[in-house]
Amino acid sequence: MKIQASDVAALARGCAVLGTGGGGDVRTGALAARRAIQEYGEVPLVRLADLPGDALVVPLSGIGAPTVSHEMIHGEDEPRRIAEEIERIFGRPPSAVMSSEIGGANGVAPVAWAAQLGLPLLDADGMGRAFPEVQMVSMYVAGLPADLVIMSDVAGNVVTIRPVDGLWSERLARAVCVAAGSHALMADYVLTADGARGAVIEGTVTRALAVGRATDGAADPLGALRGELGAYELITGKLADVERRTAGGFVRGTATVEGTGADRGRVLTLELQNENLVAMAGGRILAMVPDLITVVDTETAAAIQTESLRYGQRVTALAWPCDPLWRTPKGLETAGPRAFGYDLDYVPVEELAAHG
Amino acid sequence: MGDEARGARGALRIGIDVGGTNTDAVVLDAADRVVAKAKRPTTPDVTGGLLAALGAVLAELDRSGTPRDVARVMLGTTHATNAVLERRGLGRVAVLRLGAPATTSVPPLSDWPGSLRAAVSAGEAVLPGGHYVDGREIGPLDRDAVRRFLDGVEADAVAVTGVFSPATAEHERAVAELVADEYGLPVSVSHEIGSLGLLERENATVLNAALYGVAGNVTGALAGALAEHGLTATPYLAQNDGTLMTTEHAARLPVSTIGSGPANSLRGAAFLSGVSDAVVADVGGTSTDLGVLTGGFPRESAAAVEIGGVLTNFRMPDILAIALGGGTVVRDHAVGPASVGYRITEEALVFGGSTVTMTDAAVAAGRVPPDGEGWRDRLGDRSEGFRDTLERAVAAADAMVADAVDRMALGRADRPLVAVGGGAFLLPPRVPGVSGVVRPRHAEVANAVGAAIALASGRVDTILPAGESRSKAIERVKEEAAARAVAAGADSSRVEIVDLLEVPLSYLSEPAVRVHVKAAGPLAR
Repeated sequence: MKIQASDVAALARGCAVLGTGGGGDVRTGALAARRAIQEYGEVPLVRLADLPGDALVVPLSGIGAPTVSHEMIHGEDEPRRIAEEIERIFGRPPSAVMSSEIGGANGVAPVAWAAQLGLPLLDADGMGRAFPEVQMVSMYVAGLPADLVIMSDVAGNVVTIRPVDGLWSERLARAVCVAAGSHALMADYVLTADGARGAVIEGTVTRALAVGRATDGAADPLGALRGELGAYELITGKLADVERRTAGGFVRGTATVEGTGADRGRVLTLELQNENLVAMAGGRILAMVPDLITVVDTETAAAIQTESLRYGQRVTALAWPCDPLWRTPKGLETAGPRAFGYDLDYVPVEELAAHG
Repeated sequence: MGDEARGARGALRIGIDVGGTNTDAVVLDAADRVVAKAKRPTTPDVTGGLLAALGAVLAELDRSGTPRDVARVMLGTTHATNAVLERRGLGRVAVLRLGAPATTSVPPLSDWPGSLRAAVSAGEAVLPGGHYVDGREIGPLDRDAVRRFLDGVEADAVAVTGVFSPATAEHERAVAELVADEYGLPVSVSHEIGSLGLLERENATVLNAALYGVAGNVTGALAGALAEHGLTATPYLAQNDGTLMTTEHAARLPVSTIGSGPANSLRGAAFLSGVSDAVVADVGGTSTDLGVLTGGFPRESAAAVEIGGVLTNFRMPDILAIALGGGTVVRDHAVGPASVGYRITEEALVFGGSTVTMTDAAVAAGRVPPDGEGWRDRLGDRSEGFRDTLERAVAAADAMVADAVDRMALGRADRPLVAVGGGAFLLPPRVPGVSGVVRPRHAEVANAVGAAIALASGRVDTILPAGESRSKAIERVKEEAAARAVAAGADSSRVEIVDLLEVPLSYLSEPAVRVHVKAAGPLAR
């Protein structure tokens, strides 16, 4: 299969849904993707099984401040310089690009990066959703060493970091990003196809496309989306309150949804931290991270980012199971409720729903 | 500013607002009383309806023996909106972005509809220049590259957008100077037009450059109309935030005249009711626009605004439109969204027509406009089933209004609802979620009143260091906003800062804040 310009809108919609309220605005990435496909051609979507074992896969993501990324947009040469550096280090060019984070902006922009490099896009990513921190990736959970980071900026600089561990990786990458004007392209965990097996979440680009297409022209967009995701409907109602506070460099907050129609009388509270993390109603937890919780417009089923939640919106909160990798002990230690400061034992959303 | 000063320049002000269905005009006297008002159908060319409404209020002045002692004429018009929507009368623009090698992954106009891009673009280039968030140059400005680009295009105007120009505008200024000196073309520079968000600001800047010709036509038509009626009044144009600018200013920033209607109606509602914090419902023939007044100004939308299929980052009033108006068609089990629109005076039952409209349902429920005496009798004796249909329609309409008010009120129930527009009588005496319903006099021409009483304003949106130098820097930004308000026509001694917003930014080398400041004041005399 090839990703065409006409697929980009559906992919962007799907990435926004998988963003669970975070991951950044998909619009600029979608514009870059459409433009790159028109300029360089359609992007083949490949599976891990299609690649030779020693083929190099480059996970790419944009990092930096959202305000900056809306103003100082990526240069077109940033991916090429990372690819050249990989060839210099490994002695062979990369064979495919991978999204580090399918949820949000970093899910759709890799289509542009792959097109610019003339490479296929791997049908996989490192999260299956969006997470706020660099180490919250499947490669880390799988135990791959965080020993190489390559960054490329708008000016043409390329910085290669050989960190001793994930903590240094994050610390040094952040310092480089700030020096580069608070916006850069980053390759993290350059993988071989063999090494990627079990360390990446497969099928997520196809899934984002299917999720985005499900609502396209549907008579009942919400029902179509829920069906495609296999999601539980936590509540349908009205956004009654959004409280935000800045803590530890992240925006935290609580959103309250008052039920309407069949849900009248119920109240859902949603804990936010860039992404939607914990959903509660009537003193009971209905879903928690790393399972996915997304708030959508009840009428159009379009995903609403946490920063766009506003009083009075008519919304439906959906939740569905995460990739099994996140339910392993290391996965929960990395991105379970306690990793976000909630003193909760993880219970899968389907078990919580069964007891409701 | 005594009455003497007013007398010297004329005592009257005329406000004109071009709406989708009607063009309204009012005359206010020195004490801000409405002394004449008129409604005329909006014409496809806009100018015709404008002249008719102006002529009508002047004739009313003449009839009442009031001298045509008019100092100012304020116009809120849809010329620019229509030009963009219809791709008509637009200039060809050389589109220049300063920022290479950054930003090249999304070239200018990437998200424009093909037909608009074809009508507007004379050529596009991304050249070296622009700045980082911290004020460093991304690259030095290459003046020869600018010249090579301009030498290769046939353009009526130039639009220049530099990366982070709202914080550091020097490259945009240098290019504007070069273009004016060497090419003699009008230039739009993005830092005067929009805030942070490169693509949206660039889009607005290009639209602005494309509208120079349209702006000339509007100011020409207005000046011609004034001359024709023997008026020496100073003309002003209304902009999208509910404030005014001189025609000279509008000639440079025509894009900001787009979307002035809702802002005018909100400001007019505040003025006529004397309430500065309220939910406002402007009920027209086809739809009702709801907005919120905070401190006398419209609450602005957080979402990006689309003009003719192009996303911009204008700050526009936060408006919720619902399909409910005086001409909304009533059926057995449904209200709207179809409407008879301006044909209401022929088609509604109370006007002797045969279409059941919301006006008929409201009148049957005892809700009649001030000039609607005797309308109820015109409905005559009807069957019980028919009366049921009308009652259900009123209940459904009231529920629509209550739901819309609730969406806009943000949980606050202590403010009143101000009902304006020609269809304001449709609204019920009590609405859940507000403290009461206020129905000011002259509510049917609130939008034209809003244009007549508007202030002049200026705004700045930039990034400042968050450290010790912050308070000094904010003072400088306030001064800049005030200077822009004066440039737009405000009285320098009465300009005030009406909005100051600070947002901390993350992931920067030095802590920084994004600052938005708006200054406004009454027009200089």
